[in-house]
Amino acid sequence: MSDEPDHDHSELSEVAARVRALETLLTEKGYIDTGALDAIVETYESKIGPRNGARVVARAWADPAYRERLRTDATKAIAELGYSGRQGEHMVAVENGAGVHNLIVCTLCSCYPWPVLGLPPVWYKSPPYRSRAVLEPRAVLKEFGVTLPSDMEIRVWDSTAETRYLVVPERPPGTEGFSEEQLASLVTRDSMIGTGLALAPAA
Amino acid sequence: MNGAQDLGGMMGFGPIAPEPNEPVFHAQWEGRALAVTLAVGAHHLWSIDEGRHARETLAPAEYLSKSYYDIWISGLEKLVIAHGLVTPEELATGRAATPPRALPRKLTVDRVAPSLSAGSPCDRPATASAAFRVGDKVRAREMNPKSHTRLPRYARGKTGVVEAVCGSFVFPDTSAHGQGESPQWLYTVRFTARELWGADGDLGSSVTIDAFEPYLERS
Repeated sequence: MSDEPDHDHSELSEVAARVRALETLLTEKGYIDTGALDAIVETYESKIGPRNGARVVARAWADPAYRERLRTDATKAIAELGYSGRQGEHMVAVENGAGVHNLIVCTLCSCYPWPVLGLPPVWYKSPPYRSRAVLEPRAVLKEFGVTLPSDMEIRVWDSTAETRYLVVPERPPGTEGFSEEQLASLVTRDSMIGTGLALAPAA
Repeated sequence: MNGAQDLGGMMGFGPIAPEPNEPVFHAQWEGRALAVTLAVGAHHLWSIDEGRHARETLAPAEYLSKSYYDIWISGLEKLVIAHGLVTPEELATGRAATPPRALPRKLTVDRVAPSLSAGSPCDRPATASAAFRVGDKVRAREMNPKSHTRLPRYARGKTGVVEAVCGSFVFPDTSAHGQGESPQWLYTVRFTARELWGADGDLGSSVTIDAFEPYLERS
């Protein structure tokens, strides 16, 4: 645990104090190790995040054989790039295109593919998104600035078991000949949840 | 259980309000809450399903007003007491007053990376053959257990089509209550938005859920 003072707002200080008390108690009783906690925080703060998923998508765009492997066994294909484990043990990639747009949600809690996207943003875990994504996906997308043609089918994937979904957005036009690194820079976190589209390349 | 966690289709929570350039943690305690939860969880005294159940049994008003990591910590407080890791008095005072339970698997620094990258796969060998095949029409059972389930209310009683047979997996409905893994076939089932929401559903759109075999019946 850390001795740094908390900079939480006063409304949060009660929970901050509870977390600290629990950490102290569990450490004192020998159940948890402070260094391990630091390593977990550091992992999700700086090592595992949506850049991982962007590399998967860029590879799928650039390499049809990889895309096929991602379709057949996403867990294995994602592991080829070194991403695996907690909250990504059973991955499925769903591809946008051919009149279909995919959107991921977990109405029952906060299931999210950690190894490729990192920890979920607050809105993904909160009641407005969880309640509305299944009922009015088009209105939800509009709030993210995404307006789809009215004949575009929206497929919403509610993560109710241990399968974790990754959306493969459509490759933007004008990116022929781009390197995988250039392609990955166009892949946003939201485009892999389905609440966004891949970015257009800078003119 | 029909708790506040089962949010699909509810109304009145307002706009989604994504935060631009959102930090991974909004305060130091959030990171600690996550890390403590994962580190205690590494003792495998309870399953991920029991962990979820501890959160969803918070009173609805509490569940809906807490921030997400507060929900996690509130669930963890219940679990550490239920499993005899700490006493309610110790939790209230923050001071250890009883000897610890002997646990062999403390998560140490060197095990963090291997443990996170291994995860905890929950596919299990099948104990029977799958009852349904891709393309089968199935109805999600009308059921309202007071115990843990992963069949959301909005899908109950609705008819969909099996889109994928995912394999055999730990069954949350038993695993959450210490009643064993009881592996069950898992299916991805697609429902049209019109089937789920009637005329208020978006024509041409659909929702899939991942449903365990006991949740389904042939339609």
